[in-house]
Amino acid sequence: MQTDHGLHTDGVRFRDAGETALVVEFGCSVDPVLNARVLALDQALSERAIPGLRETVPTYRSLMIHYDPLVLDRADLCRIVSECIATAPASARSGHLWTLPCCYDPACAEDLDAVAAWAGLSASRVAERHGAAAYRVYMYGFAPGFAYLGGLPDDLAIARRQTPRPPHPANAILIGGGLAAVATFPMPTGWFVIGRTPERLYSETRSQTFLIEPGDSLRFEAIDAATFAALDARAVEGEPVARRSS
Amino acid sequence: MPARTTLRILSAGAGVTLQDGGRHGFLRYGITPAGPMDPLAHASANRALENRLDATAVEVSLGGVSLTSEGKPVDIALAGGALRVDLDGRPLLCAAALTLRPGACLTVRAGETGAWATLAVAGRIAAPPVLGSTATHTRSGLGGLDGRALCAGDALPVDEPRAAIGDPVRLRMPWMHRPPQTIRVILGPQEDYFEACVIANFLAGPWRVGARGDRMACFLEGPVLRARHHDIVSDGVAMGAIQVPGAGQPLVLMADRQPTGGYPKIATVIGADLGRLAQAQPGTILRFSAVGIAEAVAARRAEAIALASEIAREPIVRTQFSSEFLLGTNLIDGVFG
Repeated sequence: MQTDHGLHTDGVRFRDAGETALVVEFGCSVDPVLNARVLALDQALSERAIPGLRETVPTYRSLMIHYDPLVLDRADLCRIVSECIATAPASARSGHLWTLPCCYDPACAEDLDAVAAWAGLSASRVAERHGAAAYRVYMYGFAPGFAYLGGLPDDLAIARRQTPRPPHPANAILIGGGLAAVATFPMPTGWFVIGRTPERLYSETRSQTFLIEPGDSLRFEAIDAATFAALDARAVEGEPVARRSS
Repeated sequence: MPARTTLRILSAGAGVTLQDGGRHGFLRYGITPAGPMDPLAHASANRALENRLDATAVEVSLGGVSLTSEGKPVDIALAGGALRVDLDGRPLLCAAALTLRPGACLTVRAGETGAWATLAVAGRIAAPPVLGSTATHTRSGLGGLDGRALCAGDALPVDEPRAAIGDPVRLRMPWMHRPPQTIRVILGPQEDYFEACVIANFLAGPWRVGARGDRMACFLEGPVLRARHHDIVSDGVAMGAIQVPGAGQPLVLMADRQPTGGYPKIATVIGADLGRLAQAQPGTILRFSAVGIAEAVAARRAEAIALASEIAREPIVRTQFSSEFLLGTNLIDGVFG
């Protein structure tokens, strides 16, 4: 039950973002256990058709619930959320495992040398370290198809830039601030561009507009420039080139 | 074959876009909803033409727009801030509706107050929906015409155009009178990141609307607000969220905001006051007033009731213009009598 400060007994906090959004906060860190609870609540809410619930936004550690307060009363929403938290399993469906092709060639990896110099490693070793890790897709944000990934090796945890660099190419593989990301749209960024995937996480012309869901797992597979060009040509035609193995 | 009815953009300043009720349902994939800066103005202009409240319309910025119709006559309605409107050089008030005849030129320009106006069309502006919406989000290039703002020469085909109004009429929409001096907020979602004295300073203000605002954010200048921590782990961002970056000058995230963000949010503007804030021109002085959820919901309900009733139309007579307006426009003939 809630206290005056919106604190749920098990540490879950209800925060209001105006009268049309409720933030259900499970904690304040980047943590796969917290993220799993967020996604479990998200799934539990989606399984009940709740009139007035507009859409939900899972993030690392919270779920933002947009609602129409003329249809769904805040107190009723809080009660439903509390019920879902009490009965939901600690994690949602087990996510899919994706293999995303990634080209680390210099033309695709403008900032790889800068990261290598910072890390005291060779560029190829940085690519190898990045490519060997297993990642969790925590959330999307920032821009269409911009996926935040956790699981970056500690020795690649370079801080973000003080000032943004010029726009990166489409489908860039980024690292910064201890996280990794896949950025579908070219944007100025404070992150470092260390590779490029021919896959589009968002494509409005593909039958499956969004490929990868929060909670899915991801690994990268290094490809050379020729393979990149070939896969990119297929992806342009709307064919998914990432592989789903579970 | 009869010519298709088309709105032709003759000139457009920066930031004039097509908007509908917004691209909803995809925040979880990083898709910004966009949609109107002044949702009440958008709904009101559409209501005046008996359109769906979220129908596609032209959102006019302070940059202004000039347009004409081609093909058949079509009714249009304007609502929003007190922008300067004229039809072939004859001034109208912003809350107006009329039949736009082929070749007639309607111009909307910056006025003394207000920053946005919605120009709705009786019929359907035929723009291709992206993810179910025509709302333009220029930063990601989605919606509208090729994901961009409108410019001179653009043609907006109108399906099923209706023309019944005739000469310009004034629209009676008392709910559109919204002085911007006090903006109601609900504290949070991160109000606990701020000491009580900082929240008091936030509410005391006063705040000056900065010059660099756009559809993404309204920048505020006033007392420096310090959070206990100026970074949080990114979470969801609602329209109207008042974010406080490290430098301590808040910004209000508006229609083109990013779906998530990593700065603490001291408060959120209530839905009924989003348009009121959006209409505040740079330099406007305002204060925030903290209210509870119940008051915010009541204000929202009052808007819904206003929009459910039919909007009265009155013939435009000259006496309805203030002397200030008359001086500003050199209106001397009796064309509206």
